[in-house]
Amino acid sequence: MKKLMSGNEAIARGAYECGVSFASGYPGTPSTEILEAYSRYQGVYAEWSPNEKVALEVGIGAALAGARALVTMKHVGVNVAADPLFTISYAGTNGGLVIVTADDPSMHSSQNEQDNRNYAKFAKIPMLEPADSQEAKEYVKLAFDMSVHFDTPVFLRSTTRVSHSQSVVELEERIEGEDKTGIFHNPAKYVMVPARARVRRVEVEKRMIEIGKFAESFPENKMELNNTSVGIITSGMSYNYAKDVFPDYSYLKLGMVYPLPVKLIREFASKVKKLYVVEELDPFFEEAIKAMGIEVVGKDIFPYTGEFDPGIISHSITGISAETVTLPALSLPQRPPNLCPGCPHRGLFYVLGKLDVFVAGDIGCYTLSFMKPLEGMDSTICMGASIGMAHGMSKALKEKGRGKVVGVIGDSTFIHSGITSLLNMAYNKGNSVIVISDNSTTAMTGLQEHAATGRTLQGEVTRKLDFALLAKAVGIENVRIIDAYDIKNTKKVMKEELAKDAPSLVISRGACVLLKKKQKGTPVKPFTVDPDKCIGCKMCLGLGCPAILWKRFKDVDDSYKKTKKQEGISSINTFLCTGCTLCQQVCKSGAIGEVHDNE
Amino acid sequence: MNNSGKSILLVGVGGQGIIRASDILSSVIMDAGYDVKKSEVHGMAQRGGCVSSHIRYSDKVFSPQSMKGGVDLLISFEKLETLRYLDYLTPQGKIIINDEEIYPPSVNMGEGEYPSNVLETVSEYFKDVRVVAASSLAEKAGDKRMANTVLMGALSVHLPVNKTIWEEALKRTFSGILATMNLSAFGMGRNV
Repeated sequence: MKKLMSGNEAIARGAYECGVSFASGYPGTPSTEILEAYSRYQGVYAEWSPNEKVALEVGIGAALAGARALVTMKHVGVNVAADPLFTISYAGTNGGLVIVTADDPSMHSSQNEQDNRNYAKFAKIPMLEPADSQEAKEYVKLAFDMSVHFDTPVFLRSTTRVSHSQSVVELEERIEGEDKTGIFHNPAKYVMVPARARVRRVEVEKRMIEIGKFAESFPENKMELNNTSVGIITSGMSYNYAKDVFPDYSYLKLGMVYPLPVKLIREFASKVKKLYVVEELDPFFEEAIKAMGIEVVGKDIFPYTGEFDPGIISHSITGISAETVTLPALSLPQRPPNLCPGCPHRGLFYVLGKLDVFVAGDIGCYTLSFMKPLEGMDSTICMGASIGMAHGMSKALKEKGRGKVVGVIGDSTFIHSGITSLLNMAYNKGNSVIVISDNSTTAMTGLQEHAATGRTLQGEVTRKLDFALLAKAVGIENVRIIDAYDIKNTKKVMKEELAKDAPSLVISRGACVLLKKKQKGTPVKPFTVDPDKCIGCKMCLGLGCPAILWKRFKDVDDSYKKTKKQEGISSINTFLCTGCTLCQQVCKSGAIGEVHDNE
Repeated sequence: MNNSGKSILLVGVGGQGIIRASDILSSVIMDAGYDVKKSEVHGMAQRGGCVSSHIRYSDKVFSPQSMKGGVDLLISFEKLETLRYLDYLTPQGKIIINDEEIYPPSVNMGEGEYPSNVLETVSEYFKDVRVVAASSLAEKAGDKRMANTVLMGALSVHLPVNKTIWEEALKRTFSGILATMNLSAFGMGRNV
């Protein structure tokens, strides 16, 4: 049976078909849907772990017990998981361990553009890279076979364009493997104290030589000889882009991007006149091929940054672009992503943007609040950085920083990597105010469960982390819980906590509006602006709510004009409004109220 | 230069049902016997930002996204968004525009201007431009949110896909009264 599937769904399907029954991960674009899709198959176990390090350790445990384990994360997640990663490479995996790294060239939804092929070389772990959904499904199986055969973790690298594009996949039945799980005592292999690690270190080098030999005949390292005037060495989605514009050239498509098939590359190079390497981001192949003494053109003509498309490859090689209509330079208003109407983060950042403080922020939807008009965030570096940064800043500023530094973090991000920083702040006698903007879900990646939602990935009811109790346990005495939709109280509580010479945790509670929509709770009562009362002060526009519109008197009846200075009135799109009341709270003239049925 | 196959580009604003429409579109093209690939970017785009979805079909498709100057059909779910993607079209490219304006934040706040002459600008540079009042047609069919189905109807006459394949796909995607409503919205789009 044929089915259109995204690369992520296909990875999940591949794991299912080859009998994998254990998977863990942490959500992160563009990897999230892999575990979501996998978790819906019958008879499998799948979990969201609190972060990628834990997810990998969980996977390692399963593999050492003889299971086949799939672990998924986005590219920056591998940074978090790097500690166990480098050493499991030494210990080996017993069962099977495949780690999916979903990279994000062009940073569609990421804070950096790292090329995780470097991790394969760095951690001495082989890496496969599919080019479309069918390959994604097949390569998962090949990766598990390699993992079991060579006793090594194996990387499967995807990119946004592979993960989130759809193509036709041929479905197959699941093959249940023989249950090989059990308790295996093997301290020589699994206790990585220096004396034993030194022994394993040598084994790793031997293994890489063996896998290098295997790569020479690996069927997914494919040579396609056509017109031999030009040869292209490439992998993954770049292969598709290149084939799209140069279908007649010769190709060496590398399904295994590390280790490289040295002999095969030499053979291909000897058969073509001019050799190019087409690869997004780092010159990973290019440097290796040049080190082999082979002349090849790569980053001299292709961009280092951003994802490719067929046009970029074509233009880089020929200098010619496809014919387009010559258009005048248009200056169009930008359309940046925005916090949703009714978003529980809005009121908090409205308040923070007006306080004279440095807001160390974090990663989630709320990062969008750095933009106008909220301007409620001053920094975002990585998952969990807010709390440590706020503490460090307060310590460095000493008296100058009293009451001036706030750290803000979302609930899922706090669980990911904020807990240890909060503990650190209490232990080292910090005095920052930390806010957990708790929307009861992992919103940015599409509403995933986490340790404080009370449900598991597979929908089971479970225990629910209590942030207030946790804060007390690590030694934070000032813990306040506030309603995310009460602006006045949010401001009052923030001021009170900032005035204290002790660390505080404020928990700003309000469920994600998309989650509420999904759960279909109480019906929405939208608000409206009474044009007879609106004085055009624009206070409501300061919330940056997509449901609130400004109407100028040149476009709307100017009989509503009340003062000489007034230029227009606000109005509310009742289709978008969720009735969160924030605009009503900031309105100076009492012009905003619920829509009544007779209107 | 051989940008093989046909390329369709759907563009608009997060929340307009573009991904849903492109899911249905790519499945009917597959059902009609073609190799098909589609590509869009999830994540940040879902928060009211720009959304675009490439669909490409042929006997064998390599790239899931087209290059600039390679798109045959542009379906714009929002007027202003049309202007952002014109350079993706071939000079002979066809354009279908939904006659709907969704203001970006800067316009909402009275700081930016929504371009007043979108249709004129587009028609000046491209010959085959069709404007569809998709939202009001969808409202007639029962729900404004089916504007995406109306637009699929308008697009469908340009594709080598039998009408019954479309109707089967809509019946598969929606159930009960929603299926009937969507079939009606699709028919309205097909007849504009």
